[in-house]
Amino acid sequence: MAWLRWIWRQLTSMRIALILLFLLALASVPGSLFPQRGTSPFKVSQYLRDHPFAGPILDRLSLFDVFASPWFAAIYLLLFISLAGCVLPRTLEHAKEVFRKPPAAPRNLSRLPAHVQWFSNVSAEQVVQETAREWKKSRWRVRSEGEWVAAEKGYSRETGNLFFHLSLLVVLVAVGFGGAVGFKGTVIVREGSGFANNVTQYDTFSPGRMFNLENLAPFSFKLKDFVAKYQIGGTQNGAARAFRADVSVRDVPTSTPRPVQVKVNEPLRISGTTVYLVGHGYAPTFTLRDSKGNLIWKDSAIFLPQDGNFTSTGVVKAPDTVPQIGLQGFFVPTVTSDFSGGPLSIFPDANNPQVFMSAWAGDLGLDNGIAQSVYKLETAKMTRIGIEELKPGESWKLPKGHGTLEFSGFKEWASFSITQDPGKGWALGASILAIIGLSLSLLIPRRRMWLRATPQDDGSTLFEVAGLSKTEAPGLLDQVSKFAEQIKQHAPEVVDVD
Amino acid sequence: MSINESLAQGSNILIYGAMTAYTFAMGSFAISLAKGRRIESLEDSATRVSSASVQVRKGATLTLNNPAVSTSLSSTERLGEGRRSGNIGMSLTWLATILLAGGLIFRGISANRLPWGNMYEFSIATAFSVSLAFCLMSLNRDLRWLGLFIVMPILLDLGLAITVLYTESAQLVPALDSYLLAIHVTAAIICMGAFTVGAALSALYLVAARVEERIADGQKPGRSGGLARRLPPSDRLDLMAYRIHAFMFPLWTFAVIAGAIWAEAAWGRYWGWDPKETWAFITWVIYAAYLHARATAGWRGRKAALVCLLGFATIMFNYFVVNIYVNGLHSYSGVN
Ligand code: HEM
Repeated sequence: MAWLRWIWRQLTSMRIALILLFLLALASVPGSLFPQRGTSPFKVSQYLRDHPFAGPILDRLSLFDVFASPWFAAIYLLLFISLAGCVLPRTLEHAKEVFRKPPAAPRNLSRLPAHVQWFSNVSAEQVVQETAREWKKSRWRVRSEGEWVAAEKGYSRETGNLFFHLSLLVVLVAVGFGGAVGFKGTVIVREGSGFANNVTQYDTFSPGRMFNLENLAPFSFKLKDFVAKYQIGGTQNGAARAFRADVSVRDVPTSTPRPVQVKVNEPLRISGTTVYLVGHGYAPTFTLRDSKGNLIWKDSAIFLPQDGNFTSTGVVKAPDTVPQIGLQGFFVPTVTSDFSGGPLSIFPDANNPQVFMSAWAGDLGLDNGIAQSVYKLETAKMTRIGIEELKPGESWKLPKGHGTLEFSGFKEWASFSITQDPGKGWALGASILAIIGLSLSLLIPRRRMWLRATPQDDGSTLFEVAGLSKTEAPGLLDQVSKFAEQIKQHAPEVVDVD
Repeated sequence: MSINESLAQGSNILIYGAMTAYTFAMGSFAISLAKGRRIESLEDSATRVSSASVQVRKGATLTLNNPAVSTSLSSTERLGEGRRSGNIGMSLTWLATILLAGGLIFRGISANRLPWGNMYEFSIATAFSVSLAFCLMSLNRDLRWLGLFIVMPILLDLGLAITVLYTESAQLVPALDSYLLAIHVTAAIICMGAFTVGAALSALYLVAARVEERIADGQKPGRSGGLARRLPPSDRLDLMAYRIHAFMFPLWTFAVIAGAIWAEAAWGRYWGWDPKETWAFITWVIYAAYLHARATAGWRGRKAALVCLLGFATIMFNYFVVNIYVNGLHSYSGVN
């Protein structure tokens, strides 16, 4: 039992709190230096490929998941246990103190950091009573007995400090709760297509541990138009200047659609879910016909941007012909005549679009049960039948009677990140409380003030005013002098003539 | 909206003008510092401060201010010598501050937005913030001894800005185009300015405290004795540094929270441990540790000052290393 008490005392001491704070800071550092799975999973796999020896060791130490690692959790949980163990008793203590009277005047006021004294011929009692009344009127907590007055001010400093620490606990709980109950998902939507808030429609979906499917709000939206604007000319030529997705939204399947603009800093907030515009790109439209002119495939294929000027790559898979046809290639929104470095775009906007496609025939490998990326062509069992570049409206007669490919134009697509985090309002509220508490805690001075009137043998009275500051806020001496001046109006100073 | 090139040019000229004024201010402050002397002798400070720290070490947690520590800072810190050149330094610093403000305003008007959208502008704004913090603080106390240690980092920062970080005036990428930019970044700039002044005070505190300690131990003042003789007593330096941090820590907290609100609107999560966010958090934790350290026996004084300098180092790291070398969502430095 004794050692349990000892551990608890250590854990709730300032010194350990301080060490835990340092550990928390230190533990965060690798999270910024190594790629993290939570934010950049591709970089993590890349790192593991590049460092076959060190990578797995670092992974075992959770250095790619620092903020979800057991050791990071251990530090902040210990810190918050320490915090609770430190703050709860202080809260009780403070609650009692608020109802207690300020402590009696110390014996020797002249040893306090601010002290003023003078002699007067006025008797003590009346001045003491008058002073007690005045201090009370200027909102000090006052206690007065016989020949002295004690006053204290600034309890909200400690109140603020406790609020601050308790709010930190609430923030931690809110973050944990929101992460457990909410979800994160992403989806790419082409112009003219729609999305319904349903797990099957997401490209990626990561629910929290306590997520409940019934919490998915039944909204849906359609992407009518995507608009991007870019800087033209100057050193920042091509830098993005504005993005906007014009969508029409239905709150529930039966409601009439309403138009909404989703922008980078202006998400769509709907039924506790938030829809963010996070990316965009091009989806060239192809029509594939067989040699007899029958339609085999017609759609806009999502191509993924590879650089800042939106040189994009993608594929088309047509599994319903014999042999199966696959197309892969580049979409280049603004092409130049010079492409010594390959087909590269020189501007992100589609000023002079062109596709560079290679056509393959054979077995797409879709039937062997292994999931395939929709952005990649498995060419192991295929042979290339030709390559061609096309401008919008142009057609390509595929070699060896495989039919024709028409590039009729393009659509744009927008990618959305969709999240639900029921803890975030709580986290925000607690953060605001924390700032208010912190400001009170650091800016409100906590002071004690005393007046003592001591009758002297010669019939005069010694008046002493003294102050003590619990904080390092300036102005204690000024305050003491001001009070002394006020008291001198009732008890004028006498100057010894001899 | 296009860029007004002649205003952008004018902005550059004003910034060069400010640098010239700072250079002369640096010279004046150096002369002023060399001539100045503290009022309380090193020996007296040593006795006073060491007796105070003995009392402090007796208790576990400090509750009441120690009577031996002077609580009023408004008195004059130094004797009058060097006052003239100090005054010239102050005037030049005011002038440079105004020129910097003009440079920022021109830059902002040229692109029709707040002039802190890339690292170049952010550096100019921070220099302005340091300078303004120093000027405002000097209004009700004599800070001529501090001038040199403020103007030097400002010049360093401006020099880096115009050589390495320079970016032509341009419009913002969409993610930065938000009123939250104004709030979050402005708060961060104010904090960076004040924390720079705080760090300078803490560093000077370490010098003065070291010398006073040596004297209290009966040793010679050592090589830093000359500098310490020209500075206020260490407990005052410590107190001034503390007040700045106590005042700014809530604002830093606010800046981080405003950043989280902005991240929530722009990226779909309010906190994602992006490298920039991670380092803002580290800075926050270290400054919280500093505030705790000052209230913990055995940490007060030198260790607390070191923690405070560590906090400043994390700000510098976030600014120069994370911004430029570590890729994250916050990669807006504009530096190639
Ligand atoms: C999440 C971790 C923590 C943070 C961010 C934090 C932050 C702060 C801040 C900013 C202050 C204001 C400083 C001041 O008033 O001078 C403070 C004061 C204080 N904290 Fe914490 N704190 C944390 C944990 C703890 C823990 C675990 C304890 C208990 C051991 C503790 C005990 C105190 C005390 C006693 C004060 C008042 C000090 C004074 O009177 O100056 N804190 N804290």
